[in-house]
Amino acid sequence: MNSPIACHDCDLLQNIPVLPEKAVARCVRCGAVLYRHKPDSINRTLAWTFTGLVFYILANSYPFLAMKSGGFVQETKLVTGIIQLYKQGIPEVAALVMLTCVIFPLVDMVGTLYVLLPLRLKRRSPKGAIRVFRLIEMVRPWGMVEIFMLGILVSWAKLAKMATIIPGLAFYSFVVLMLAIAAAASSLNSHLIWEKLDRRT
Amino acid sequence: MNSPLLTARKANLTSCHTCHLLTDASATHCPRCDSPLRQRKVNSIARTWALLIAALICYIPANVLPMTITSALGGRQADTILSGVIYFIHSGSWEIALVIFVASIFVPLIKMMILAFLLISVHFRIRWKPRDRARLYRLTEAVGRWSMVDVYVVTILVGLVRLGVLANVDAGPAAVYFAAVVVITMFAAESFDPRLIWDVLEK
Repeated sequence: MNSPIACHDCDLLQNIPVLPEKAVARCVRCGAVLYRHKPDSINRTLAWTFTGLVFYILANSYPFLAMKSGGFVQETKLVTGIIQLYKQGIPEVAALVMLTCVIFPLVDMVGTLYVLLPLRLKRRSPKGAIRVFRLIEMVRPWGMVEIFMLGILVSWAKLAKMATIIPGLAFYSFVVLMLAIAAAASSLNSHLIWEKLDRRT
Repeated sequence: MNSPLLTARKANLTSCHTCHLLTDASATHCPRCDSPLRQRKVNSIARTWALLIAALICYIPANVLPMTITSALGGRQADTILSGVIYFIHSGSWEIALVIFVASIFVPLIKMMILAFLLISVHFRIRWKPRDRARLYRLTEAVGRWSMVDVYVVTILVGLVRLGVLANVDAGPAAVYFAAVVVITMFAAESFDPRLIWDVLEK
């Protein structure tokens, strides 16, 4: 941890001191965050990722939202809207929503388990762990469950005048999923994982 | 802070974009994570301009064309992003009007303006307030993804409002353009290299 690193935003070389609990090291020149102290990183990330996966399954299997208007009840699942977009001839948008809200979050969680679990169990890292970790680092900014959540709230407000919206089990699971993914991301210490994955002697 | 500052490039080192390992500048791939190594992002300025212009072109139909088409009991109503904002102001939910306005109209526009400003400042080798410009860059990077909210609203409405003749919501032609604006500006922010802001300060 005492070897110098270059700031990813301005390229300045600097040493990071050993950080006290929950401290943040910032670049002296541009102010970018260089390093964040994350206590018990691997355990916490794993715990949140497991939580996320359980609620991911629930969020994708149960009814998500239902709309009641007059005598009609329209029930939807998480993917209903995506399928509709596809049917209406805009597969590009359907694919984008599918990737950002369904596929990337899953890749992120499964990949995190694949890389972190062997580290936790002190086993040898599986083949391709480095490649998988690279992939999830790339994919993470494109996982947008928290933004989807905001989209739900806006849609809810939009429909409030004309119908009653009934949240299903999947909706509440989605809320937990969103929190679990955010918590896992903020407990994950990438620097530490890269050091542990280092295969050079 | 006024002591001579040494960058990785000056020290003949390259910092890995993925895992942040410092390596000798002659290496082509990171010895730790095998990512390709570059001291600066390739063609950063030209690439960012190209993406920025593409996003700007999409921004126009995204705002002019309807995002959703609602048909209810024989009537048809096409809604643009702006008419959605106005609807919420009239119905008294100004908080939601503000959320949509900021996420869908203000953020993409300000993001494109900031990127253009950064590109111009780097092109003319301007030395003005690099720390503030670096902060502006980080802001655009962090905030851009929230514009996706309107794409999700369309997705949810289209899935939920399927009551046949009673009420039906279809996605409008703006949805594709709007999604393109968000994705392209995210790529544009990613292709800009903030280290260029600081390279100017070195002789």
